[in-house]
Amino acid sequence: MPRKIIYERTPMAKLDPKERVKTFDEVALGYTEEEALKEAERCLLCKRPPCVAGCPVHIDIPGFIALIQQRKFVEASEHIKKFNPLPAVCGRVCPQEDQCESKCILGKKGEPVAIGRLERFVADYERAQGEMRLPEIKPPSGFKVAVIGSGPAGLVAASELAKMGHKVTVFEALHEPGGVLMYGIPQFRLPKEIVLHEVEYIKRLGVELVTNFVVGKTMTIDELMQEEGFDAVFIGTGAGLPVWLGLPGENLLGVYSANEFLTRINLMRAYKFPEYDTPVFVGERVGVIGAGNVAMDAARSALRAGAKEVYILYRRTKEYSPARIEELENAIEEGVIFKELVSPVAFYGDENGWIKEVELVRNRLGEPDQSGRRRPVKIPGSEFRMPIDMIVNAIGQRPNPIIAQTTPGLEINPRHGTVKANMKTFATSKPGVFAGGDVVTGAATVILAAGAGTDAAKYIDYYLKNKDKPGIWDELYHME
Amino acid sequence: MGYKILQKRVLGPGSKMMVIEAPYVARAAKPGQFIILRVHEKGERIPLTIANADKKNGTVTIIFQEVGKTTIHLGLLEPGDELRDFVGPLGKPTEIKNFGTVAALGGGFGTAVLYPLIKGLKAKGNYVITIIGFRTKDLIFLTDELSAVSDEVHITTDDGSYGMKGFVTHALQKLLDEGRKIDHVFAVGPVPMMKATANLTLKYNIPTTVSLNPIMVDGTGMCGACRVEVGGETKFACVDGPEFDAHKVNFDLLSKRLRMYVKQEKVSLENFKAQLEKAKEAV
Ligand SMILES: Cc1cc2nc3c(=O)[nH]c(=O)nc-3n(C[C@H](O)[C@H](O)[C@H](O)COP(=O)(O)OP(=O)(O)OC[C@H]3O[C@@H](n4cnc5c(N)ncnc54)[C@H](O)[C@@H]3O)c2cc1C
Ligand code: SF4
Ligand code: FES
Repeated sequence: MPRKIIYERTPMAKLDPKERVKTFDEVALGYTEEEALKEAERCLLCKRPPCVAGCPVHIDIPGFIALIQQRKFVEASEHIKKFNPLPAVCGRVCPQEDQCESKCILGKKGEPVAIGRLERFVADYERAQGEMRLPEIKPPSGFKVAVIGSGPAGLVAASELAKMGHKVTVFEALHEPGGVLMYGIPQFRLPKEIVLHEVEYIKRLGVELVTNFVVGKTMTIDELMQEEGFDAVFIGTGAGLPVWLGLPGENLLGVYSANEFLTRINLMRAYKFPEYDTPVFVGERVGVIGAGNVAMDAARSALRAGAKEVYILYRRTKEYSPARIEELENAIEEGVIFKELVSPVAFYGDENGWIKEVELVRNRLGEPDQSGRRRPVKIPGSEFRMPIDMIVNAIGQRPNPIIAQTTPGLEINPRHGTVKANMKTFATSKPGVFAGGDVVTGAATVILAAGAGTDAAKYIDYYLKNKDKPGIWDELYHME
Repeated sequence: MGYKILQKRVLGPGSKMMVIEAPYVARAAKPGQFIILRVHEKGERIPLTIANADKKNGTVTIIFQEVGKTTIHLGLLEPGDELRDFVGPLGKPTEIKNFGTVAALGGGFGTAVLYPLIKGLKAKGNYVITIIGFRTKDLIFLTDELSAVSDEVHITTDDGSYGMKGFVTHALQKLLDEGRKIDHVFAVGPVPMMKATANLTLKYNIPTTVSLNPIMVDGTGMCGACRVEVGGETKFACVDGPEFDAHKVNFDLLSKRLRMYVKQEKVSLENFKAQLEKAKEAV
């Protein structure tokens, strides 16, 4: 009997906006078992599922949803992990509306299946079972691999390589592992306990984790390979260097990069000052430049840390915002004010050097650019000033140059500072060295970084097993 | 885990020296570089210059002035205790070459970092005149160590209680007045001292290097807390520095930015002192 199609998705409970801006507690509460079952029932379990094509790592979506329908929640989670080792993270932070859910057949007439919420549900369900089930680990291969950076790319590459029997050491510059998941994305969107759970998982797989180790400063890649005996290296150092606009007044007090503001709040827990030692300054009227995920996180963190009014200052209009729709809506619900079609021109301060005003120019939308988004065009003479006592600059990030500067033979794209790598094998121009995640693509997404980690691990394994084959590196670097 | 404190020495009121077990850092450290440490799990990250690195024993020496919560807390620790985090070496090493005659100026805590610099300068065959300044006699430290490696040592105190009365710049001025030829100046210390040195050496056209000490978080170029202006351009002191051409540095901006958290620093310190009081009462 054909199943009745339900066009509305099952809502997910959220904390009330008025309450949630007072805390850093997670906003989205996730499905209950009943809700998850109800939502899973909507899935048509398509034979040729378009949603899978929309997923960057091609998770067998109908496969895991079918398991939910059978109430096999742990199995569903394990099934996802064959494709994506970080379901609890990705269920929360993936832009599903641009990926799997944008392709779901139900979306043609109604709302797509809430794939992300289901992914989150099964991952949380499995974690709540307590017992961490470890996969099969192959016997020791005798090879040593160094993974640089412990963001999603590094964590996933490390866990995959460990399962293959390689001895893996992860080197992390900061004092806590997790990369952007730890220092960038706030607690109210991605509780840190989830990230720590993933870190615990890779440790249980036998991965050694060395924090406070800046590759390029503490030791170079050449030293790791020649002196410490690592047979291969995976660079997953992300895109952590803030981009500045180079405007007058950018160094005034109260002008933050999003990285600094979010790092103080998330990694250093400045929102719990003085229990935690690190301070953060939060203005009363805050302007956030940019409208991506980073900007939303900064704006919503500022509200929670005590700002009275928070403005998103965006050069285009809302519909062009690259942020996840859900987070954009959450931000607006919480009272973040969206100022469209404005670009900053200069910042003005008082005699002590504190920011007091931002000068903005109005834009109109012009012709579409390469990304298909209409380009903002400045309207001459439309400059105006707005009183503001804090600015967060969230216009973008590039890879940190430390590794590039200290690794001879590693080719870099001069324009974006990204590491050149084969997009299939993740081999770089330097034999034995692979790279993936934001350091290769420029600031992108968690799932793309995780996917790069998974795929790179396969080719690192292949490389280790064929190290002595003549021409192996050419094969990997130039593979179509 | 943890980075063990192996030795501790009180250099003077409020200034202490510690030797920390950190083999990786020790192995890679060069003069002019710094480390970032966290004292405890809820601690902040603070940068401190590497005062000495012993590659053989895998130790790093730090010298600090107890000025705020974190440094006071650090000063309370004893040999055998462990620091939560210790990362480095960070920043660019000093560009050391044969300049000829070099004046190395250290003001207060800045004196701490002169030792590896002077050793490096001597190794390259420079004639090194060390000029160190303190507020008063009781605060003077490291003179023996510095005398051992310098060709000349001049000491100033603000109140005249020891050596020449005045600032390090006065001592430098005096040498210049005497017609001494100085080819390069290094200055490390509080911002006003570095600024005064820069103003003086600019008049005499002597190339001058300063080591800047802005607020930092990560120390790897990721946050921009350490922004300084050099020659009209924004630089990140943690990766582009910490040493810069003194004649191009915007010292006024640096002073202002260093005051960004004065209010919070006070709260943090008072909070900590209250905790210490409570702990004492409990005993
Ligand atoms: C605030 C914010 C919000 C975001 N929101 C989303 C979202 O909602 N959804 C989404 O999909 N994506 C989001 N992203 C993007 C996503 O987080 C990144 O694409 C992803 O984390 C990249 O992973 P990675 O492993 O390549 O690098 P990172 O997560 O950046 O990790 C790199 C790690 O390497 C370390 N490292 C760097 N240099 C060195 C070195 N020399 N030696 C040792 N360690 C080093 C760094 O300290 C860091 O821990 C967001 C990003 C930010 C900043
Ligand atoms: S396209 Fe939609 S309905 Fe079809 S399998 Fe995927 S989630 Fe289910
Ligand atoms: S301290 Fe963060 S960039 Fe320099």
